[in-house]
Amino acid sequence: MLYRRLVAGRIRSDWQYRASFFTFLTAQTLITSLEFVALAILVRLVPTLGGWTPAQVAFLYAVAAFGFGMADLFVSPVERISVWVQTGTFDRLLLRPAPALVQLCAFEFELRRIGKLVPAVLVLGWALPNVGVDWSPTRLLVLVMALVCATLIYASLWVLTSSFSFWAVAAKEATNAVTYGGQFANEYPLHLYRDWIRATLGWGIPLAFVSYVPSQYLLDASNPLGMPSWLVATTPAVALAVMAVAAVVWGVGIRHYQSTGS
Amino acid sequence: MPTTHASPTAVRLEQVAKTYVVRTRAGRLRRHRTEVHAVDGISFEVGSGEMVGYLGPNGAGKSTTIKMITGILTPTRGRVEVLGLRPVDDRRRLAARIGVVFGQRSQLWWDLPLRDSFDLLHHVYRTDAERHRSNVAGFVDRLELGPFLDTPVRQLSLGQRMRGELTAALLHDPELVVLDEPTIGLDVVSKFAVRDFLTEVNRERGTTVLLTTHDLDDVEQLCERMLIIDHGRVVLDGGVAEFKERHGTERVLVVDTEAVGLSFTPTDAEVVKVEGPRHWIRFDRRRTSAATLIAEVSAQHPIRDIAIEEPDIETLIRDLYRSRPEGG
Repeated sequence: MLYRRLVAGRIRSDWQYRASFFTFLTAQTLITSLEFVALAILVRLVPTLGGWTPAQVAFLYAVAAFGFGMADLFVSPVERISVWVQTGTFDRLLLRPAPALVQLCAFEFELRRIGKLVPAVLVLGWALPNVGVDWSPTRLLVLVMALVCATLIYASLWVLTSSFSFWAVAAKEATNAVTYGGQFANEYPLHLYRDWIRATLGWGIPLAFVSYVPSQYLLDASNPLGMPSWLVATTPAVALAVMAVAAVVWGVGIRHYQSTGS
Repeated sequence: MPTTHASPTAVRLEQVAKTYVVRTRAGRLRRHRTEVHAVDGISFEVGSGEMVGYLGPNGAGKSTTIKMITGILTPTRGRVEVLGLRPVDDRRRLAARIGVVFGQRSQLWWDLPLRDSFDLLHHVYRTDAERHRSNVAGFVDRLELGPFLDTPVRQLSLGQRMRGELTAALLHDPELVVLDEPTIGLDVVSKFAVRDFLTEVNRERGTTVLLTTHDLDDVEQLCERMLIIDHGRVVLDGGVAEFKERHGTERVLVVDTEAVGLSFTPTDAEVVKVEGPRHWIRFDRRRTSAATLIAEVSAQHPIRDIAIEEPDIETLIRDLYRSRPEGG
């Protein structure tokens, strides 16, 4: 598969700078872990967070962090598009018979980003037996679906927001606001936020489907927003819709690409 | 090797235009919007198997045209057809059938050796494994890539890298090769190597070649036909020999004398500039030969050094406008 070979090429290139690789890997793991430490301290101080137990909040965090970590590892390289567009090197990807998005994500692949997945997996492993849920095959299936959809939604948001680099030079800041900002927001139960944040970030973007909706359903956690139980079933459709929007905007962006003089 | 072409015309442009919108800040919030017509309604065709030089001064719209032909840029107006395909709509299908070399921008993997780049390209283009092996072997042999095949591209000299770029662009047996300034910055030996190689590819594989250049020598050595573009329009489309005959006949003889303050009085030429011991003498090849002129000036004063300047493309285009009062 082409993607795998391109990634292997990238890793071979990076291996020439392996000291920096290990430094960044360690830093990435530590920084991501700190976010959870902050959350853990908060949960210790207050016994429940909006009616959710510490284990439930940890689970909510882990699902979102897993999706974020996967998208960060495989698709977030797309945010480097801003540099490729500014320097005109994006030309090179358009001159090859493979999808530009796949090539870009492969070229900018950085193995060290795997550091973000470490805390997500550890916390998920701890939360699963501690949330007081009987993990039937059906529930496990919903969990897998939730993890896949969380990944797809974050990945699509990355592509969508990065596409704006085709129009505006400073689009990278907007990308980070939505993706990193979104992930930060997703670490806490949605009903803790004000109405307008819930409406925009939660349902508009729609970050609620990354973790809050499936977690609430799977854990049968406190539901102050009164979400119907069928809502979780719409998660794949929501993920596909976000993907479709991202694909269309990316396609329009490529046609709008202006290259640079040379 | 015989090559089959789907269409007798490799490249066709009909009234193609590309307008860029440039926004500049005017005041705190207001933005000034200016339209730049990089290419302003050009039409031309390149037949299969032709080798065409595409010339013009900086900013004339050469690169923009190339980028519309290869599907990188969407034309604002007009129709582009390459190998029977629409470049933007069929970009990936077209990419499999064309090769592109940008002189100032590498298509190779910077941190990897050429060998690895070629291997990755084999997978990017999904070329037949046997064909790929024989092509790599052929190019390595022909362009003498052997000694630096395992050196990371970033450590190669420009000439070595350009030979790698040419190989990378031709490994998948493209029907059309588009080259943007392939000889820019190259030393004379590398320049000759690139030219020989392109001629060979064109002759032996029947590959259509379209190249932009600043270097009139490139076109003279390589192409039978040239297109000159200026201010986004085609100002000339014709044979290279014929053009040289009509417009490229002026030369400048640069003479360094032993002493300062001397002056020359050539019969069939004109002294255009003097700076200390250096004299620039313009002459027309059709009226006098360089040898005659050199003999004449060296008889007038003792000479330390002598050189002949060929007209550059900018000069020729200026002359072209002078001889076409309706243009420009």
